[in-house]
Amino acid sequence: MRIALELNGAQTSMDIEPQEFLLDVLRDDLSLTGAKRSCDTQVCGSCTVLVDGAPVSACSYLAAETDERVVTTIEGFRDTPAFEPIAAAFTRQAALQCGFCTPGMVLTIHALLEDGELTDEASIRRGLAGNLCRCTGYRAILDAVSEVVAARMAR
Amino acid sequence: MARSDAAEKLRGDARYVGDMVVPRMLHGKVLRSPYAHARIVSIDRSAADAMPGVVAILTGADLLDIDPYFGHAIKDRPIVAIDVVRFAGEPVAAVAATDEATAEAAARAIVVEYDELPIVGTIEEALAPGATLVHDQPLRPGAFHGLGTLAERDGNICYRYTIDRGDVDAVFAAADIVVEDDYVFPGVYQYAMETHSVVAQVDSDGITIWATCQHPFLVRAEIAALFDVPLGRVRVIVPYLGGGFGSKSYTKMEPITVALARKAGRPVRIVNRVDESMVTTRRHNMTARVRTAATSDGCLLARDVKAWFDTGAYADNGPRVTATGGDAAPGPYRWSAIRVDAACVYTNTAPSGSYRAFGASHLQWAGELQVDEVARRAGIDSIEIRRRNLLRPGELVRPGGKPLDADLVGDLEKVAEALGWSGEKDPDTGRGVSVGLLAAGAHPVSSAVVRMEADGGAVVLVGSTEVGQGQRTAFAQIAGEVLAMPAERITCQGTDTRFTPYDRSTGASRSTTLAGLAVQRAADAIRVDLLDIAATVWPGDPGAIELRDGAAWHGDESRTYPELIAKRFGLSGGQLIGEGGVHPEGTGSYAEGPVFWEVCIGAAEVHVDRETGQVIVHRTATVADVGRAINPQLVERQDEGATMQGIGNAMFEEMVYVDGQLLNDNLLEYRIPTIEDLPMHSSCVIVENEDGPGPFGAKGCGEGALAGIIGAIATAVADAGVPMTELPFTPERVWRRIQELKEEPS
Ligand code: FES
Ligand code: FES
Repeated sequence: MRIALELNGAQTSMDIEPQEFLLDVLRDDLSLTGAKRSCDTQVCGSCTVLVDGAPVSACSYLAAETDERVVTTIEGFRDTPAFEPIAAAFTRQAALQCGFCTPGMVLTIHALLEDGELTDEASIRRGLAGNLCRCTGYRAILDAVSEVVAARMAR
Repeated sequence: MARSDAAEKLRGDARYVGDMVVPRMLHGKVLRSPYAHARIVSIDRSAADAMPGVVAILTGADLLDIDPYFGHAIKDRPIVAIDVVRFAGEPVAAVAATDEATAEAAARAIVVEYDELPIVGTIEEALAPGATLVHDQPLRPGAFHGLGTLAERDGNICYRYTIDRGDVDAVFAAADIVVEDDYVFPGVYQYAMETHSVVAQVDSDGITIWATCQHPFLVRAEIAALFDVPLGRVRVIVPYLGGGFGSKSYTKMEPITVALARKAGRPVRIVNRVDESMVTTRRHNMTARVRTAATSDGCLLARDVKAWFDTGAYADNGPRVTATGGDAAPGPYRWSAIRVDAACVYTNTAPSGSYRAFGASHLQWAGELQVDEVARRAGIDSIEIRRRNLLRPGELVRPGGKPLDADLVGDLEKVAEALGWSGEKDPDTGRGVSVGLLAAGAHPVSSAVVRMEADGGAVVLVGSTEVGQGQRTAFAQIAGEVLAMPAERITCQGTDTRFTPYDRSTGASRSTTLAGLAVQRAADAIRVDLLDIAATVWPGDPGAIELRDGAAWHGDESRTYPELIAKRFGLSGGQLIGEGGVHPEGTGSYAEGPVFWEVCIGAAEVHVDRETGQVIVHRTATVADVGRAINPQLVERQDEGATMQGIGNAMFEEMVYVDGQLLNDNLLEYRIPTIEDLPMHSSCVIVENEDGPGPFGAKGCGEGALAGIIGAIATAVADAGVPMTELPFTPERVWRRIQELKEEPS
């Protein structure tokens, strides 16, 4: 089947199989490898991309569902102004190690910030519970996101 | 300094093996055995062969031209099963096809007929008289076991590590206090988020693999031996790794991918699913009987430990894990007698290998529970008993090994203070500490090359790998310090065994210490070279020249490094090359070692709900005793990660096996910590006594906290009145223990 979507700011149309998952299309057909595959069962969040601004697990999301919608991967998000404060806080706090979880983590954080869902430590813990990170132990991620939240509130 | 790889990783530019695409590349899928132990009667591949897009199918029959067994400790593992399968999930065949879906469908279309054999599913079953043997052939030692002469296999026991010092039985017989118990440690999945992945290419140039491996040079050696190719013709390239924690140490999916690529005549990529990686390697489950003898006033006298490590169907790193566990078993105390008998046992389960702080994680918690029990009976505090009995710097940890190179009492006092040891607490709150040592550094062989380019920037080439620990940043800092230039102008990229010099391995907390030392020495060679050139600029007074801010200075005059290089080569090109190495100096054999003792120390405060059995970890503290912190922020990050893995290991992580079948082979049922499990307070104290063998007195870190935290949680839960002898501390297990304690006469 043929789908038409806005992918990272560009109108795109392509042929896909109806049963194909978005992550396969992104990684294999479009060489957008920023989204990673780990659990493959919607638990870890390393494959997170945004569909109409909402975070979805691309490993379990049908590519067909993106027809007529707006898809943002890390390759698109990284060139927007909203990327900078998150990236700067992650860098300052060294909130990443192997980096495998990082693109998915960043996109989830952005979506939650836009929705105003991140206000305090408890909301960060709740909001990021679907993004696993095996390396950092989360302390630095919590600190980095807290910094971003505080800076937005001060605005 | 900020991590040098932060931007690349945040922007999604960092490339991992699963992102690699090689021209003409095929996709590989592995067919795995559904049975834990069975004879392969026949394999019918005709349906798979006929599928469009299928290029090659690999089975044991394709390996008749080589000796297809590998294993760095014991050569017991075939590339794919030959005649027999020994665990559920063992590769039986592999398919290479033009796309992943076709490869997967073809693998499913292969029909294998099995004849089931009796299953040895547990340590008890493996040790029972007349038990079925998982392996019936004599043991063949691998090339990197580092354990002296391997004894013969004894039933299902493939390796034994023993310590026997002093008259243990006499000391126990005369002791006022004897504590003894049985302990159970679970099988655990390391869960590096990136699964094992390999791209292999076999052609007239030799064998090239892009692999998720922590020890590229050891993998190179095993691939060269398996396929009978000179070392120089095997090229192992390691880009970024998506975590390792030991799961990517030694050889894993590389041989099967190479064999499949060899058969296909085209490059092949295999990327494991999580369920496949869970049966590729895991942490050993263990059972142990531990006894401690002490005087009535809390002077520790003797320890006696018997431990059985379940290494699964193939030894993998089991012998080393067993030996390290044996070393950790006594704990860092001044004993007058010690007996340790640690056995590495084959069963029909997935092979077990390395996982962060192996050995110490297994046994430290058990020993520390007993130290606390002695303290309780002697009527002294947990800190005081350790203060009296802990080894002091310079004392021998074990005969023939390196004397203690850390201040354990100082570390203990710091961790207790960081936790808030003496604060008020209610009866359902428990606080605990635990102290241990881990033989760290593996074998001390590392080398590095530093190249200074004509623009005055530098490149560091090392063979140890960036698993996430931040070594590329640390190496740039070390070279920058020696060369008196900003670390930002120094680049360190991935490993490629064709170009990067030899390094033994990435693990055992060794990279900063050993590869870091090699980098320091390589940079120093360039420093000397720069001074030599500068001496031709200002002849007659070489002693007055110093390097500063990327230039050589003589009084107020200076020459930048590019100017010096141009002077050497007579044009604005050329390159200075410095080489540095570390190898065993004096003693320091792997078996005698270690390179240094890593301190495993943790403190925890927990709350136990007596109605539900639920335990909540409120606070944790760790000490990173690193000699000198090259990058304090990265040191803290290591401890934070290890702490969280310790919490998972202690509280809920457990691979559940029934009759050789892994029941929870996915992340829905095998739970790892999320951000919601992060304790409300956690802190890491960095101790810098410059007592390490690495650059500027540094020594490694990143593992100790894991063992320390498991032990601290165990002692804290006991302090709250619930001494647990089986990990993890799930609510059900804790609740049952609470009921038992109610019934026990006190
Ligand atoms: S890979 Fe999609 S959620 Fe884990
Ligand atoms: S940084 Fe490795 S999983 Fe998060």
